[in-house]
Amino acid sequence: MSSTTSDGLRADEGGAQRRPDGDGARRSVGHLAPALAILRRDLFVTWRELPAFLAQVLLQPVFLLFVFGQVLGSLGFLQEGYAALLFPGIVALTAFLTALQNTALPLVIDFSFSKEIEDRLLAPTPTTAVALEKIVFSSLRALVASAAMFPLGVWILGDIPWRTEALGWVVLFVVLGSLTGAAAGLPLGTLVPPSKINIVFALVLTPLLFTGASQYPWASLDVLRWFQVVTAFNPLTYVSEGLRGSLLPSTPHIPAWVCALALVGFLALFTATGLKGFLRRALD
Amino acid sequence: MPAATMGRVTSTAPAVEVVDLVKRYPKRGSNAVDGVSFAVRRGEVFGLLGPNGAGKTTTVGVLTTRVRATSGRAVVAGADVAADPPAARARLAVVPQRPNLDQSLTARQNLLFHAAYHGVGKGERVRRADDLLERFGLGERADSKVDEVSGGQAQRLMIARALMHDPQVLFLDEPSTGLDPQARLFVWERVRDLRERGTTVLLTTHDMDEAQELCDRVGIVDHGRLLDLDTPAALVARHSDGGTVEVVVTPPEGVDDVAGAVRQALERVDGVRGTDEMPAERPAARVRATVAGDPAALLAPVAEAVASTGAVVTDVRLGRPDLEDVFISLTGRELR
Ligand SMILES: Nc1ncnc2c1ncn2[C@@H]1O[C@H](COP(=O)(O)OP(=O)(O)OP(=O)(O)O)[C@@H](O)[C@H]1O
Ligand SMILES: [Mg+2]
Repeated sequence: MSSTTSDGLRADEGGAQRRPDGDGARRSVGHLAPALAILRRDLFVTWRELPAFLAQVLLQPVFLLFVFGQVLGSLGFLQEGYAALLFPGIVALTAFLTALQNTALPLVIDFSFSKEIEDRLLAPTPTTAVALEKIVFSSLRALVASAAMFPLGVWILGDIPWRTEALGWVVLFVVLGSLTGAAAGLPLGTLVPPSKINIVFALVLTPLLFTGASQYPWASLDVLRWFQVVTAFNPLTYVSEGLRGSLLPSTPHIPAWVCALALVGFLALFTATGLKGFLRRALD
Repeated sequence: MPAATMGRVTSTAPAVEVVDLVKRYPKRGSNAVDGVSFAVRRGEVFGLLGPNGAGKTTTVGVLTTRVRATSGRAVVAGADVAADPPAARARLAVVPQRPNLDQSLTARQNLLFHAAYHGVGKGERVRRADDLLERFGLGERADSKVDEVSGGQAQRLMIARALMHDPQVLFLDEPSTGLDPQARLFVWERVRDLRERGTTVLLTTHDMDEAQELCDRVGIVDHGRLLDLDTPAALVARHSDGGTVEVVVTPPEGVDDVAGAVRQALERVDGVRGTDEMPAERPAARVRATVAGDPAALLAPVAEAVASTGAVVTDVRLGRPDLEDVFISLTGRELR
C-alpha cells in the first residue's frame, strides 16, 4: 500500500457523482504487483500439470499435421510441398485456438460455477487488470504450445520450412496470434451465458479452425471467391498468412504488414469488447 | 470529514459509512437496497439482521466493491468504494455467503496466494499462514486440496484467508450458516478476538442468537430498507412490550380446574396483562402470564397469587423478550 495518501485524497473527492465504471485508469506500480501475483498463481498451477496441459493443447495440431502432412502424403494424395505449406498454418492455429480456449473456458467456469475468481477480483488492483492478466496468461500458454510445434513438426514431417533471418517475423506473428486469440476468448467467455457455452463453442471453433487459411494459402482461394471473402474475417487467416509468408516467402501470401495491422486491429476490438464483458460479469 | 479521509483512518472516522445507498438490479421491479444509511465505528462488531432477500448480501457486495451502487455513497476504511476500489480492497476482506476457495490449490496455498495478491511479503505470509491454520484448527488439513475439506472447514478456511492481509474491516456474510454448534461457537470466539484487536467486523445474519451474542449494534433490514438500528438491548427495550412468567403447579387435594383458578388469581396481579393455559402433564397445570416490563420483578407477586389458590409451584420460567420478538414485530411473519 505505497499509495495510501493519494488513496485517501481520491476517496474524499469521490463525492456524490462518481464514474460509472468504478475502476478508473489510475495506474501505479502498486496496481501491477497484485496482477503479477495472480499471474504467478496461474503459472504455478499450469507448471504443476504441465504434461496434461501439453497433451491437451497439442493433440489436435499434432494429429492435423500427421494426417494431412504425413499420412495423406505417404498415400500419394498430396502435391509435393503441401506439408511445408501446412506447417506454418498449424503453428498459427495452435497459437490462436489454444489461447482462445484457455481464456474462454476457464472464465465461464470461474464466473458461473467455481466462483474462485472472486478472490482475485478482490485483490487491490483495478478489475481490468484481472482481465488483462487472463489475456497475458493464455497467451503464455499458447506461446509454449506453438513453440513445442516446431520440434514436433520436425519429428512428424522430418523437415519443416525454416528461415533464420525471418525469426523476428515468426516471433511477432506467434505472439500477435496468441494475444489476439486470448483476447477473442474474453468476450466469448463473458458475454455468452453459461448455459449456451457448449453450443457456442461448437458453432465457433469448427468454422474458425477451417476458415483460417491454415490448411491452404489464402491467395489460392482466388478460384473460390466467396470463401476467400469469408476467410478474410477470420483473424487466424492473418496469423497463418503472416507465418507462411515469413517461412515460405515464395508462396503467394498477404503482405506481412497487412497481417500485422489486421491482427492489431482484431486485438484492439476483442480487448475492448472483452473488457466490457468482463466488467459486466465481475460487477453486478 | 476532509481531514479524516487522509490516508489511514483516524480513530474518530467511521470504519464503514453508507449514505442513501440504493441498488436496483437490471430488470427488477423494486430496489434490492432502497436508501440505506448507517455508519460503523472502528473496532465495532456490527450486524445486519434481516430475512431472506432483505438486501444484506447486496449491501455487503457494494461495500466490498463487487456490486455497483445505483446511487448513494459507501466508504470503507476511508476509501470510497466506487471512486477507488483498489484502495478499498486493500483495506477490507470478505467471507462470502457461498464458498469460493481456489479449487486448484491446497488450503495453505489458498492462504499464501491470497496474501501475495495483497502484497504481503514472502516470509510474513508463510508465518501468518502457519499461525492462522493453527488457530483455526486446520493444521492437519493444511496440505489437502480444498475440495477434500468439509463445509465447516471450508468456512473456517475462508475466514483465515480473509485475515491473511490483516484487513481493517472484515465482512462476514452469514458466517455461521451451515456450521455445527462447536464450529459456530468457534467462529464467534474468533470474531470476539478480532474486536479485541480493533478490527471492525460487519456481519450479516438471520440468526437472532448470533446477532444478540456477537454484535455491539444491530441494524434490522427488510425489503432493502433499514428499519431500526441500535444495541440489541435497546432494540429489545424499544420494540417489545414485556415478557412472560410461566408457572407449573400441582393442584391441592380435590381441586379440578387448577389452571382456571391460577389464571384468575394471576390476572388480578398488578402488571399481568393476560394469561394462557399451556399443555402440561396431568394433574399438573402450566400457565403463562404475559407481563409488562421485566418479568423478574413480578416473581414474588406471582408466587403469592398462586399460593393463594392452594396450588404448589413446581417450576417457574421467565421469558425475557429478545431480538426474535423485535425481528418478528418489525418484519412480520410472512415467508420470503
Ligand atoms: N445478481 C442479482 N441480480 C438480480 N437480482 C438480484 C441479484 N442478487 C440479488 N438480487 C435480488 O435482490 C434482493 C436482495 O438480495 P440479497 O441477496 O441482497 O438478499 P439477502 O438479504 O442477502 O438474502 P439471504 O438472507 O437470502 O442471503 C433479492 O430480491 C434478490 O432476488
Ligand atoms: Mg445473503
